[in-house]
Amino acid sequence: MSAEIEDNTQCKDCSGTPRYRQDFPIDWEGDHYVSRREMVKFLTLGSVLLTVANWVTVFARGLIRKDSSAVQRLGPVSDLARQGSMLFRYPTAQDPCIAVRTPRGNLVAYSQVCTHLSCAVVYDKSTDQLVCPCHRGVFSVDQGAPIAGPPTRPLAKVRIEQRGDHIFATGMEV
Amino acid sequence: MSGREFFLDHSRCIGCQACVQACGECDTHRGASMIHLETIERLDSVQTAPQVCMHCEDPICAQVCPADAIKKTPDGVVQSSLKPRCIACSNCVVACPFGVPKYMAEFEQMMKCDMCYDRSSVGKKPMCATVCPSGALTYTTMEDIQRTRRGIPVNSWRFGEEEVKTKVFVMVPRAVEQVHVDLIQIAPTPAALPVDPYDVALMLEV
Repeated sequence: MSAEIEDNTQCKDCSGTPRYRQDFPIDWEGDHYVSRREMVKFLTLGSVLLTVANWVTVFARGLIRKDSSAVQRLGPVSDLARQGSMLFRYPTAQDPCIAVRTPRGNLVAYSQVCTHLSCAVVYDKSTDQLVCPCHRGVFSVDQGAPIAGPPTRPLAKVRIEQRGDHIFATGMEV
Repeated sequence: MSGREFFLDHSRCIGCQACVQACGECDTHRGASMIHLETIERLDSVQTAPQVCMHCEDPICAQVCPADAIKKTPDGVVQSSLKPRCIACSNCVVACPFGVPKYMAEFEQMMKCDMCYDRSSVGKKPMCATVCPSGALTYTTMEDIQRTRRGIPVNSWRFGEEEVKTKVFVMVPRAVEQVHVDLIQIAPTPAALPVDPYDVALMLEV
């Protein structure tokens, strides 16, 4: 019985040293060798993981774009009176957006979430600007760019188009 | 290691406790003494015997360690457990045939004599050998010990069936080639043991 156990634990090439001892050596230098080996293993696997994670990020981003470019009917053109605005949710029910018909007749739409502290922006007809009521942030209606107040980043733009009598959102501009 | 070896001569010990004090001043385990100073047959004799780590060639404490915490340096010195690894299971304490490793509850770690590695690795004597006034603990060359002592140094032990080779030598009479430490009792403990005349607890009761 003891001979059998010995056979199981001995390796063929290392003359009487149990196999597990190679990974858990008693001598100091052997232990340091294992530590170095573990370090190299960690670095290699870590690099592979980072590479894979980069590719996954690229791939996942493609997926998100795909989702956000779903076409959604927002309503008839008549709902959006000239110089008026219309609220809608796009691409999900948790993303409030605002569509605006500018005085020049352009049809634009932006995420309603202010890039400062996420209050909802509204369209101010008199100045033709998107205004955030919380901290007086102002965005241009043509580009969604911040022109006054605390916000520093532009509003996320929604691609919008008119097909016949209806307005459709066709995607987010990233 | 500058060709010097550690020699243990139990018969020379005078029980002065100098080694115990010096051991506690070693920088590798400051404040905690790792040496054992055993009292032999307390009822009849004042004989004491120091016990340092014998630094086995194949350290049993390291073999039984489940946490891979005990390591042997290239010069043959078996170190205390590595603090980040030791799980304080006391396997080594039970396994050591010389009874050397100590479980230090305050550190939650096994600690043992490491031959004052900070000193002996740079050619200095271990603390205990530095202070021992009677030469029971000696750190010197093989030639020197053979020239100055009557006994001979031996580093081969036999515990029952198990042979153990150690780095530290023990001084024995010239006729002895190997120290035999036979198991006195390997059968199951009988219900009624004869009273041990050297039981310290019993002595205190009388």
